[in-house]
Amino acid sequence: MDFSFTPEQEMLRKTAREFAEREVAPKVAQMDETGKVPMDLVKRMGELGFGGMIIPKEYGGTGVGHLARIIILEEIGRVSAAMANTLQIHHLGESPIIYFGTDEQKRKWLPSMASGKKIGALALTEPVGGSDVLGIQTVAKKEGDAYVINGRKCFITNSHISDVCGVIAKTGEQEITCFIVEKSTPGFTPGREEDKFGLRGCNTGEIVLENCKVPAENMIGKPGDGLRIALSCISNVGRPGVAAAALGIVRKCLEEAVKYANRRPLYGKPIANLQAIQWLITDIYMDYEISRWTAYYAAWLRDQGVRCDTENSLAKFWATRGAVRCAERLIDIFGAYGVLNEYVPQRLLRDAWPLVSAAGTSEIMRLVMAGGILKKYA
Amino acid sequence: MSFLNVIVCIKQVPDPQYLSKITIDPISKTIRREDVPAVINPLDKHALEEGLRIRDEYGGRVIVVSMGPPQAELACREALAMGADEAILLCDKAFAGADTLSTSYSLSLAIKMVGGFNVILCGNETVDGSTGQVPPQLADFLNIPHVTRARKIEFIDEGMARVERSIEYGYMVVKVTLPAVIAVTREINIPRIPTVSGILEAHQREIKVWTAKDIEAEEERIGLAGSPTQVVDIFSPEIGRKGEMLRGAPEEVVKLLIQRLHELGVI
Repeated sequence: MDFSFTPEQEMLRKTAREFAEREVAPKVAQMDETGKVPMDLVKRMGELGFGGMIIPKEYGGTGVGHLARIIILEEIGRVSAAMANTLQIHHLGESPIIYFGTDEQKRKWLPSMASGKKIGALALTEPVGGSDVLGIQTVAKKEGDAYVINGRKCFITNSHISDVCGVIAKTGEQEITCFIVEKSTPGFTPGREEDKFGLRGCNTGEIVLENCKVPAENMIGKPGDGLRIALSCISNVGRPGVAAAALGIVRKCLEEAVKYANRRPLYGKPIANLQAIQWLITDIYMDYEISRWTAYYAAWLRDQGVRCDTENSLAKFWATRGAVRCAERLIDIFGAYGVLNEYVPQRLLRDAWPLVSAAGTSEIMRLVMAGGILKKYA
Repeated sequence: MSFLNVIVCIKQVPDPQYLSKITIDPISKTIRREDVPAVINPLDKHALEEGLRIRDEYGGRVIVVSMGPPQAELACREALAMGADEAILLCDKAFAGADTLSTSYSLSLAIKMVGGFNVILCGNETVDGSTGQVPPQLADFLNIPHVTRARKIEFIDEGMARVERSIEYGYMVVKVTLPAVIAVTREINIPRIPTVSGILEAHQREIKVWTAKDIEAEEERIGLAGSPTQVVDIFSPEIGRKGEMLRGAPEEVVKLLIQRLHELGVI
């Protein structure tokens, strides 16, 4: 058993940290204030090759893998979970094409997504909810060699910045199908842009599909494959991605907690000497270790080609819940400073919370795990 | 104008981000390197970036030369990831304990072997030793001119460069005949961040490891034997100001002050 990163992964981690600290950090306050996505940074991530990590070489990516992806997302998430989530949803948008697309579809969309020239998204959730996939109401009706899509998607990350969007729609009563819709398609309109209390600078909003006509060749897989495609991509790319963004928050909480506790004096000594503070810090540490090893393990399994829905759900559950808990502990350690906007703890809490329901609520994570556990340990 | 090669000298040093964790071995008087992660010396990264910029503009190749223990291979690897065409690591127990003189001697032999260069770029100094001696010494061994504290380099033709040198309160413009050693400061550029594909490719490439024999070094001029510098002691100097109070009526005090300043040679 080897728990160390390869030299490549270690250098990727350093590179992502350098990018995050040098280029993302100066924009974090502005992102939090305006809620706008800094598109120059999205472009930079493309230039650095962060868009092509799970895209095979022959389609313009590097295929460096899922664990490497988690490492990079964690480092970006440590500075800005919003930026990490923007990137990971871009990967999620690529995934139906990577894992279920035809060679022609891969050639058409993946190279420009790998380089970040085109941004991806995946639109599944509707006002009726995201957990009940079969309950969606968006309909795609066949008309000649095209499909006409009508419906409304909500809580879609990258809704307003995506160029290539996977859309899940019904092609029959119980038939769920996946289409790729390009931004320029008439009838495809980003709707309301949500104003979130956290994860600001990562765009969430509606996508309105109104007589949106897409060629039949934009269908990923066959009619009826959409459920499997959506669930597989969300499980294998979306959930680990959310876990990694949350893991970045937990890591930041740990660093900030130690730094502050060593500097802040009370009763003439740093508060790090107080057992009450030490316990808060150890609790953050435990969440950090559990979050990172479950996330790395799930990604490693995926890189080995092993099915890992249970592990993805565990990683996502623990890291997101952990991020909320750790940010709360960090605020406790900072005392009143923790809630001031000029200090980082309150932002970490605000950034952590939206990740809890992203790519499936904690309850859905438990359901997925239960399904796996009941089979595996029967 | 066309270019041959740019040689960039880099050194692996303890990460300055961890300066507070660095300790000195009381016996050997050297930095305990094992406690702190190692990185490319920050100014050397600027030198490498300048080399890459020159190559991208004029063509030619960027060859990185470093000297250090086997783990310095990582610094070479990172230089390749940033875009260097080739990396050579001088690595041999015989080089151990080298001061700036024997380091410069060894580097100069390697550089002579590479040959065909127009410019040798270095960081102006390293964060660990901070002597700034290697670039000028290297130039001397190669019998070529050098410019230190360069903040801008422009090429007039293949045989001449115009260099801006940072000095206190301004800068100085010099012309230097090429080939030359140019030592750069941080103002010169912003080093690029390696790309994912750059990193992956760098790990597929070969780093040439040269021993003392490979560069035909004279035994007594390398490593500890070739190092006349001896570190006798390392200590933090106490910096205190000598205060002197002059008392009396203002007129007298002014006279006294002028007298004291004359005595001290200030005016």
